[in-house]
Amino acid sequence: MIAIERSLDTPRWQRIALPFASLVLAAVISGIVLLVSGHNPIATYEQIYAASFTSSGALTSTFVYATPLLFTGLAAAVAFRMRIWNIGGEGQLYMGAIGASGIGLLLGSWPTLLLIPAMMAGGVVAGALWALIPGLLRAFLQTNEILVSLMLNYVAGLVMYFLIYDSQSYWRDLTSPTALVFPTGKTLAASATWPGLTIGTFTLPLGFIAGAVLAVLLLVLVRGTRFGFEMRVMGDSTSAATYSGMRTRRIILAVMALSGALAGLAGASQIGDFGHVLDPRGLEQAQYGYTGIVVAALALYNPLAVVVVAILIGALNNAGFALQGPGFPPGLVGTMEGIILFSVLGGEILGRYRIRVGSRVRPPETQAELDAAR
Amino acid sequence: MNDTTPATARIRDGVPLLEMRGITKRFAGVVADDGVDFDVRAGEIHTLFGENGAGKSTLMRVLYGFHHPDAGEIRINGSPVSIASPADAIRHGIGMIHQHFMLVNTLSVADNVALGLRSSRGPLTEPGRVSERIRELSATYHLQVDPQALIWQLSVGERQRVEIVKALYRNATLLILDEPTAVLTPQEVDDLFTVLRRMAEDGKGLVFISHKVREVLGLSDRITVLRAGHRIGTLPAAGATRDQLVQMMVGHALPARELAAETGFTAETPKRAPADRPEPAPPGPGTLADTGTPTAPGIGSVARGVGRAGTVAAAGAPRLVVRDLTVRGDRGADAVRGLSLAVHGGEIVGIAGVSGNGQRELAEAIAGLRRPSSGSILLEGTELAGGNPARARLAGLGYVPEERMRDGVVPDFSVAENLLLVDSHEPAFSRLGFLRSGEIRRHCEELVRAFDIRTPTLEAPARTLSGGNIQKLIMARELSREPRVLLVAQPTRGIDVAAAAYIHDRLREQRARGVGVLIISEDLDEVMALADRILVMYEGAIIGEAAPGASTRESIGLMMAGVRPEAPADAGSWATV
Repeated sequence: MIAIERSLDTPRWQRIALPFASLVLAAVISGIVLLVSGHNPIATYEQIYAASFTSSGALTSTFVYATPLLFTGLAAAVAFRMRIWNIGGEGQLYMGAIGASGIGLLLGSWPTLLLIPAMMAGGVVAGALWALIPGLLRAFLQTNEILVSLMLNYVAGLVMYFLIYDSQSYWRDLTSPTALVFPTGKTLAASATWPGLTIGTFTLPLGFIAGAVLAVLLLVLVRGTRFGFEMRVMGDSTSAATYSGMRTRRIILAVMALSGALAGLAGASQIGDFGHVLDPRGLEQAQYGYTGIVVAALALYNPLAVVVVAILIGALNNAGFALQGPGFPPGLVGTMEGIILFSVLGGEILGRYRIRVGSRVRPPETQAELDAAR
Repeated sequence: MNDTTPATARIRDGVPLLEMRGITKRFAGVVADDGVDFDVRAGEIHTLFGENGAGKSTLMRVLYGFHHPDAGEIRINGSPVSIASPADAIRHGIGMIHQHFMLVNTLSVADNVALGLRSSRGPLTEPGRVSERIRELSATYHLQVDPQALIWQLSVGERQRVEIVKALYRNATLLILDEPTAVLTPQEVDDLFTVLRRMAEDGKGLVFISHKVREVLGLSDRITVLRAGHRIGTLPAAGATRDQLVQMMVGHALPARELAAETGFTAETPKRAPADRPEPAPPGPGTLADTGTPTAPGIGSVARGVGRAGTVAAAGAPRLVVRDLTVRGDRGADAVRGLSLAVHGGEIVGIAGVSGNGQRELAEAIAGLRRPSSGSILLEGTELAGGNPARARLAGLGYVPEERMRDGVVPDFSVAENLLLVDSHEPAFSRLGFLRSGEIRRHCEELVRAFDIRTPTLEAPARTLSGGNIQKLIMARELSREPRVLLVAQPTRGIDVAAAAYIHDRLREQRARGVGVLIISEDLDEVMALADRILVMYEGAIIGEAAPGASTRESIGLMMAGVRPEAPADAGSWATV
């Protein structure tokens, strides 16, 4: 008889090998989907690989997609790791974009060296404040942060549209001839453009560098600091955190603010690195905030893994955009992302169990049995 | 049938009701039961006796179809059977009364009994017939149960009766009772035993699991002792002695003093020999005279001089003073009602009582986890009421919580991280917000050594430790902070005898060091073994006080059941609610 039982300890190699095995499985399943839809999977994968990494300008545009996903991925990972379900990365990104573009417009005369940190600060503050709304409600009124943060995404979107389309706000361009035909935001001064790191034809955005540094800092924060320790305690056991005298409300607020700040940086980077203008439609269609949740989940909430996964998903999105047309199945990228997510998370859950061939076995259910099992 | 037949006469000879032969059960390579033989005859109460982890529960879970044995045979009425699931077990007439009741709180007794059973009216229920049958069973076995009552309205004892009715309703001929007395008052235990004897007289076989020696000797016909998965022996209860049983259970003779303290076995004479008190000392001022009546200690005014070995004279102002404390419980009603108590340095005060009389809420209020609605909690002058756990710790409170796995540790965290849990802000362990891993490691290694925490490494997750070692871990963490007052809820619940003895020694050591120790325990034996003063908690207040040497267990038992002691007219605040 074959039985599935819970394994008490997962070996280390398995924790590392499992995600890769899951990716291979995802490729196989996607291949079947391609075959069924009349495409050659190998050729399609080659196309995707070229469009993501090797063809001219591909790597640069992969990082255009990867950069916001890195920030929103980190934002989701840091909150989810301690079981605070901030689904509001999307709205916090919008607010970050509003904040950073506002600062960029206001202080356009400043030298770039000062203006960039100011824009980043604008994004951080706006994103954090927006995230603190569900944070405060959760900490003091025990509301469900999933619902509140999700609803606030739509509110943030409406605010953004209001600023550009329905008002004569500071962000809106009211002078240029095109803006008279179609409402747009004011374009930022050249000094507000974030310089990238250019190696040959490839440009690494400043935002991505900042995000990678932040990923390392977050890892240190979680693993090596007292705040990180308290965060992890709270994530694993709220009651143990309360019992040991930790200020749980303060930790919830801090984590929400941190998560919002990271998502806000995604918005700031959209303005400084790429758009240089507050573009509600572009931001809304990109859905970086929501995709960031997928990135965090695939990275199993590990900040360093978020960096890798952000590049991977960025590459996929880039390929999907570059290859769209009659020869390339529409919606393939979305399907593949879904399959990858499914197999990686499925693999993670299955990795906690092991298959045993032999007599029927149940997992130990009580403490006494666990003791006995030891 | 109604006359009490002698135990030997009611046991049916012939083929045993149940035979288990050579049952072996392994978990992940570790043997929980190793070739265990066990049999029950009709009309017999057969006790499984042993420490936690000895294999009692595993054996019974094999019988009830939760586990499939790796080897061995089960025979019912002489014919071999295969029990793959609880449904099979029920079909073979086996009923199990779990320690944690499997009842739906919002449904009635009758609904709970009928749950999962086929109705003779197809898809329609038949509440009338079910209720009628329950009344019949109640009458036959003296099980007072109202079929229409909703489960949440019932006391723990009543819920247990519902579980028994459930098993009887399914025509169980063999009943397994897994530590049924753990949650009952002494009086409820007596009632339960009456019911069990009555069922045995009726020809049913009963398996009784317990580690309380007195109950085992009082109730059983035969006793099987398990240790570390092996059957050590089976003996008739009639000739057995407690020393014999305890030795068989632990495998080595405990020192006489420990024996009395850990098993809670008391001499049959009403006046208990104070076995754990080497020097019988004259009661100091403020302690109780040997009358067993509660005094009315004015808070802070009692100069105590308990002159006995290992006890620091607890004189002067009390360390912990709780005054007129009222705390609301989770259900919205007041769980603690105007309670007052005082704990001095160098004494162990024990709070006895049946669970659910406000002990949990009292502990949580003192620890700062629950906000009292009125009253005060002073720890050496610092008001803890309405504060938070951090403030309580800062004031000098050490707290070992009742729910070890929920509050006391983070199960997935390592031993080291759990040892650090409440101290992460100490300058010794963190600088500028960064954890000092070297210092932390040294500190943890020291604690693991000093408190004999059995763990493979500091990195092992706490959930892999046994209950006893987890409790040692929590004790190590709390005691390393050198508390002024130590609050310990259920110090040794679910912990094996050896670890329990160790924890008791550590608590006595704290008393000797002058710490004020307040223990809250449902285990009266434990309170009697440890405490200098026993306060009995009933319906949110202290119903009476007793000194362990002076009062009989029966009078405390009565107080636990809500019977107010015969108090003098001027008894004062302790006895008035």
